[in-house]
Amino acid sequence: MLSVSHLSKTFPGVRALSDVDFTARAGEVHALVGENGAGKSTLIKVLTGVYRPDAGEVTYDGEPVRFSTPLQAQQAGISTIYQEVNLVPLMSVARNLFLGREPLGRLGLIDFRRMHREADEALRGLGIRVDVRRPLRELGVGAQQMVALARAVAVDARVVIMDEPTSSLEPREVKTLFGVIRMLRERGVAVVYVSHRMDELYEICDTVTVLRDGRVVHTGPLADLDRLRLVAMMLGREIGEVREEGMTKFTGSHDTEAEPILRAEGLTVSHRLSDVSLAVRPGEVVGLGGLLGSGRSETAKAIAGALPTDAGRVVVAGVPVRSGSTAAAIRAGISLLPEDRKAEGIVPGLSVRENIALAALPALSRFGLVDDTRVDRIVETFMKRLRIKAAGPHQKVGELSGGNQQKVLLARWLALHPKVLLLDEPTRGIDVGAKAEVQALIDELADDGLAVLLISSDTEELIEGSDRVVVLKDGVVVRELTGDAVTEDALMRAIAAVPAGGSDD
Amino acid sequence: MTELALSRGSLDRDRLLRLLQDYGVYAGVLVLLLFNFAFTPHFASAENFRTQAVQVAPVLIVALGMALAIGTEGVDLSVGSVMALSTSLLSLYLGYGPWIAALTAVIGGIVVGVANGALIAFVGVQPIVATLALMVAGRGLALVLLPQLKDVRDPGLASLGSGDVLGVPYLVLIAAVLAVLVAFVMRRTTFGRQVLAIGDSRPAARLAGLPVRRVLIVVYVCSGALAAIAGVLATARLTASDPTSLGNLMELSAITAVVVGGTPLSGGRVRIGGTVAGAVLIQLLTTTLIKHDLPPSWTQIAQAVVIVLAVYAARERGRR
Repeated sequence: MLSVSHLSKTFPGVRALSDVDFTARAGEVHALVGENGAGKSTLIKVLTGVYRPDAGEVTYDGEPVRFSTPLQAQQAGISTIYQEVNLVPLMSVARNLFLGREPLGRLGLIDFRRMHREADEALRGLGIRVDVRRPLRELGVGAQQMVALARAVAVDARVVIMDEPTSSLEPREVKTLFGVIRMLRERGVAVVYVSHRMDELYEICDTVTVLRDGRVVHTGPLADLDRLRLVAMMLGREIGEVREEGMTKFTGSHDTEAEPILRAEGLTVSHRLSDVSLAVRPGEVVGLGGLLGSGRSETAKAIAGALPTDAGRVVVAGVPVRSGSTAAAIRAGISLLPEDRKAEGIVPGLSVRENIALAALPALSRFGLVDDTRVDRIVETFMKRLRIKAAGPHQKVGELSGGNQQKVLLARWLALHPKVLLLDEPTRGIDVGAKAEVQALIDELADDGLAVLLISSDTEELIEGSDRVVVLKDGVVVRELTGDAVTEDALMRAIAAVPAGGSDD
Repeated sequence: MTELALSRGSLDRDRLLRLLQDYGVYAGVLVLLLFNFAFTPHFASAENFRTQAVQVAPVLIVALGMALAIGTEGVDLSVGSVMALSTSLLSLYLGYGPWIAALTAVIGGIVVGVANGALIAFVGVQPIVATLALMVAGRGLALVLLPQLKDVRDPGLASLGSGDVLGVPYLVLIAAVLAVLVAFVMRRTTFGRQVLAIGDSRPAARLAGLPVRRVLIVVYVCSGALAAIAGVLATARLTASDPTSLGNLMELSAITAVVVGGTPLSGGRVRIGGTVAGAVLIQLLTTTLIKHDLPPSWTQIAQAVVIVLAVYAARERGRR
């Protein structure tokens, strides 16, 4: 129905897709999987006309096509349901459903009665009962997603692309969604399904295409592929591959006898985490493993008070920390190096000096006046210790390289003398040399007695850097790897395991 | 060769643009001064300078608070109404003596600031909407308190409005002290740093554990208090309370001064020196046109041109 061949797309500095072949057939649910940066989003955007390919061909219904706008693709019958709902929140549910193709009465005015009736029927057909006259934003995110789905179905789409449609749905809604997908399949619609949830893939999809680093590494029927192989392909690791000597700069062995300094107990955030517990001892590096969307970052944010929790508590050195407050967590000695360095970490317009001193300012000032000499001393110490390469302490952080920005952030936290460091993807997007330096630094910090929680999509980094690995899946702790069991093999098995007493485990 | 020359050329353009951003406003003031010295009769007199300075003082004081609000990626539209409220309170409480009355007026400004800040920080209303609400409410309240123009006859206030120290009017002195104070706060205190961090990247500031809400409230309280002070000073100078017209369009003049002074609307940077120069620039521009007998509509057009120029110069700054 819709296929691409030899597709390539390059962004400045990055080759997002290279020589990709992909075919979505009518009456088939096709899973598209891959880790962050594998090129899934780019591929979807090419299919839907958001991006134009640099090379390669898009064929739709047997004919080569070139969509230059998303609207053209939509009119041709390709509907997309994005992760974040892209409807008009202030308009009524019915208007959203019929946006751009409102039923017109005489005089060319919108026939509201007919629109409401048809909208109601369409939604009821999907098992959703809402007042279609109410504005869309009053609905829950799940219900909004269902409206988006209803819209996609109602426009008689021939290809429906779903980008992580279940990420904000309740289990019951997921069932409804799967019902709709099956219905679409029977109607002969080609469905492209993007998700990280293994269980869902195996429940609903017929074929799978695995992308990694912009290339197709596998495509074929899903039933022939066992979970472990699929995970191994996504992560780019061989099963049973054991390395004698690591390539990373971690030594990976720290004292693990002491009492835990950080305890998180029963952390629960609706849709994201359920009953996550973990403990980290001083001088220990605990890795958080799992695929994208498994709740790793959410766990770190919940511990740091940046994500309000529905249940659970965090205890540092025996003292409970007030939840939902970053300031309280910081006072308790918890520091979080956020995943999105550019948006949540650095303050790009301020200097290296201001960025380092930012969190520690109250301690570096008297009566609200900043003590410049002390700031200078601390900034100098850390710039030297972390080997931050900048034109000087007054250069803007936004102008530094990724690795140096990351070091500035580390310095900001270390200046607070934290007890617990939560590192979310500390080496993502920084060059190899800086990566090794940051890794060595993490090791050094743990040796100094800091408790470190490490999140990394780089399995090698995670395995070699961590003394223990807690494996998350769909917001639940599924396994804890300790001692000799900390291997890539065991990690992949834990991620791929079939839930609730499956045979694969 | 050509390539080298090209990159050299664009480098020079970049540098020129940056110079324009950083010092353009000062250059503008200088150009206007030179022009007036050369072509405007009776310009270079102490009396004239005093008049100009006294006229610019209230705008300048309001602009200082506005600069803080804009630094946090916000804006405070209620400043004009706060001035009106302040003049109403002042004349209402004048019976208790000028000091008590002035204090009451400033407290009124602080209350409006708390309301603004609370709406923005706790309720999460966008600054432009929150302060728009207080702008309407503030003017209304001012008119309820004092329905019409009223003469203010108080020797204390009169001397505040027209007295001087060594030839420098009190008004100008107060404005200068406040400008230095705000500049000092921005440069040397934790609060100043936190304002900039919040304006530059709010998520980062929050994750760094900064008291984002408290800082936002304090910023709008400062803006309210400064506007109230400006209201008191303006009343003292006019020796009359006129809540219907005092502070009308003041928010726009203040925003103009701040923007022309090189503070980007996207937050994260506050230039107090530039703001002062911006206010002076607008004042000089108006004077120049008036002294050369051009109609007031020309002044507005000239202001518009200056704003567009300032925004054009600031354009590149957004792309980091």
